[in-house]
Amino acid sequence: MSVEKEVMPGDKEDAIRNKETEGLSQSQIVFRRFVRHRAAMISVFVLLAIFILVFSALDFSLGPIQIPGWWKFSYLDTPELRFEDCPGGVTGCPTLDMIPFLDGDGVVVGQHPFGQDNIGRDYFALVMRGTQRSLQVMIIIGFIAAVIGTVVGAIAGYFRGWIDALLMRFTDFIIVIPAIIIGSVIGYHIGNLGAIFLAFYLGLFAWTGLSRLVRGEFLTLREREFVDAARVAGASNRRIIFKHILPNAIGVIIVAVTLLMAGAILLETALSYLGFGVTSPDVSLGLIISQYQESFVTRPWLFWWPGVFIITIALCINFIGDGLRDAFDPRQRRKLSLKDKLSGKRAADVGGSTK
Amino acid sequence: MLSYIARRLGALVVILFGSSFILYNLAAISADPLEGLRQSTEPNAKALMESLSRDLRLDLPPPLRYFLWLRGVLGIFTGNFTLGETREYQNVMTELGTAIPVTVRLVFAATIIAIILGVAMGIVSALRQYSRFDYSMTFFAFLMFSLPIFWVAVLLKQYMAIEFNNFLSEPNISTSWLVAISLVSGIFWAGVISGNKRQVASIFFAVTLATGALIWILDAANWFIEPQLGIIGMTLLSVATAFGITQLSTGVANKEALRSALAVTLLLGAVGYFPMQAVLEFSNKGLMFLGLLVFVPLLGFIASRIFARVDQGPVMRTATLSGYVILVLLFLDRLMQAWLPYMESDAVNFRPIPTIGQSKAELTLYGDVNWWVSTLDVMVHLILPTVALTLISFAGYIRYSRGTLLEVLNQDYIRTARAKGLTERTVIMRHAFRNTMIPLTTIMVADFAGIVGGAIITERVFGWTGMGTLFNKAITGFDLNLLMGVFLVTATLAVLANLIADLLYSALDPRIRVGSGK
Repeated sequence: MSVEKEVMPGDKEDAIRNKETEGLSQSQIVFRRFVRHRAAMISVFVLLAIFILVFSALDFSLGPIQIPGWWKFSYLDTPELRFEDCPGGVTGCPTLDMIPFLDGDGVVVGQHPFGQDNIGRDYFALVMRGTQRSLQVMIIIGFIAAVIGTVVGAIAGYFRGWIDALLMRFTDFIIVIPAIIIGSVIGYHIGNLGAIFLAFYLGLFAWTGLSRLVRGEFLTLREREFVDAARVAGASNRRIIFKHILPNAIGVIIVAVTLLMAGAILLETALSYLGFGVTSPDVSLGLIISQYQESFVTRPWLFWWPGVFIITIALCINFIGDGLRDAFDPRQRRKLSLKDKLSGKRAADVGGSTK
Repeated sequence: MLSYIARRLGALVVILFGSSFILYNLAAISADPLEGLRQSTEPNAKALMESLSRDLRLDLPPPLRYFLWLRGVLGIFTGNFTLGETREYQNVMTELGTAIPVTVRLVFAATIIAIILGVAMGIVSALRQYSRFDYSMTFFAFLMFSLPIFWVAVLLKQYMAIEFNNFLSEPNISTSWLVAISLVSGIFWAGVISGNKRQVASIFFAVTLATGALIWILDAANWFIEPQLGIIGMTLLSVATAFGITQLSTGVANKEALRSALAVTLLLGAVGYFPMQAVLEFSNKGLMFLGLLVFVPLLGFIASRIFARVDQGPVMRTATLSGYVILVLLFLDRLMQAWLPYMESDAVNFRPIPTIGQSKAELTLYGDVNWWVSTLDVMVHLILPTVALTLISFAGYIRYSRGTLLEVLNQDYIRTARAKGLTERTVIMRHAFRNTMIPLTTIMVADFAGIVGGAIITERVFGWTGMGTLFNKAITGFDLNLLMGVFLVTATLAVLANLIADLLYSALDPRIRVGSGK
């Protein structure tokens, strides 16, 4: 860098940006960038709210631990169908009233906020149960795929040679099979063993894209100077992989896994819709849409609520993934707001002159 | 280069072999075709089980059965290629032969529309980076990413088919709808064109008023029952096309290009409107379209010789492109003329937009129908699935083309081009857009192969009988031969698309050299 460079507006902005990251560790910088991504932060809170709502509403068991839910119905109860004040003579319409200013009786939750289905089951309980299932499937697929993909990609990229060739050919074999085909083949026969099994098996085939990404990242990182330095200092392969390369590749992995999870929830709902995923009597969002799509005209709420949950979850995850990608991307440039420019102006002048 | 392609083809065969082996065994292990019979209490259950086992060669373990199947596939080298028979003793090849065209028809239009719209939106979005338009496009794209297609399909069936058909029986646009549509269109175009506050406001008002007026005129002219462009519409559209294409292709400052484009479009669309109607009635449609496809560049060539003395290449390109647009418009106009007969036919009975199916069999029941009416029938059945598939897949193009164009706009050669004093149009269309298209082309090729897999759900929702139906039958009926047949088609498409994408990339970008090194 030349010392006597003219101070251009671009340099000034750079200086403001540099000032912002002075004395911060990499993870702190990433965190700050992520927090500043408005859409991603809103998504984080919405997703958290959905998680809390969904897992606290119904009885939820995690192995031996039983957590009782606060909602009065379970998804198997069939309370009496509500006949009162439904438009057009249908039964079991939703009692939720979120628009207080229209009819002036405030926010009302009522007996069946999401309505009832044609045999009277409480739809709130059904949707909560379905969302629980879909979220569980999504997390399991994401976790298994993340572990396998990272391990395979790391080994292939780090050791290269015949191990790499072998692993990557195997990855190629699986990547060629469309997700929906492999999912259906597994799901149609394993789906009746339960959603958790299904998720587990789907995860076993969902890692291929991630492993390619990780391999590419490892291939470039292993040639870098700090890896040479570690090797010269006598570090073992394991130490180099875990201490030196993996932390540098973590951004790519996190972003890819997030986007993979968004795909996973859509895959699960699609499979359940086709009848190759979660099967009745269990409930998943795709399954309830498929069961109730015929009643869209008479009971539209049976169609809207599960859809709203699928879309909200997938949308939030996509936005979080986008926010993470921006946060991890070192080339990412934020548009400076006027406030930044004003408060950073002095800092920039100082920074510019000491450069 | 040749050795590279040969090597890649070799690898491709290995991949197909490996993945089909995995899928075959997975499918064979995970299901039991005898399950139903085992629980049956019929007296001849045992005999049935035995005969089924013999038919499906269940005495052999799955890996060996795979090689039996493979022997049929490898027959491609000895001339007796077979994919086996389905459980209903149909030849898998014939089944695929009837299913593939259906699926291709389903995804073809959707892919093209998604590419054109997605790239256009992405480019505008990138050029207006960090504007409100950009943010709303980003949100829109993410929303589309998150939509399950089967959910969208239900909405489309209700609002684009059933409600729209209801509207057509009484086609009166209420004032509130008219205002709403005009406002949306005004906001959209103001966002696209952008500029300072005054410009935005004037564009907004102009577009809103224009849209409102257009809808009012269409409504008053009963256009939804008797749609047509007519000679007046065609003349206006011809002029607009000539200006639009010229602006994109060479810039309207190039008077020669503008004149030739105008000459070609007006000759085809305005002066030649009535003669063209006669041409379109020609009985051999294939020959007619082929003839027109050749005729338009010829017109473009002649126009470029007449109007331009130097630099005739771009002039001819502009004129030819405009001519093709007019051809498409003429085709649409002719289809619109078939709209009323189609609506009036007994099979349709004024409810033209269907919710399921790929064509109406009843249409031909009541006597012969004109080629245009039956084409319109096919088109009308394509509307809903195409909209659904387009919505789902064009979000990817928006994001990708936006990202690529932003990256390209930061390159030094763009700065150089601007510094030379080239117009913004030239910089964007010639320097930036072309380089953006290089990585996009490869994505498109790969995407087309991938969308066939995605069509499985779409076919199911809209009741089409293509590859998705076969696949469904294969899974639920434990039909390994059929499953492998479907898989072989999608997988071959996918790997071939990858190879083509790589070759295209190296052809488009001279910096990339395939085959050098490993």
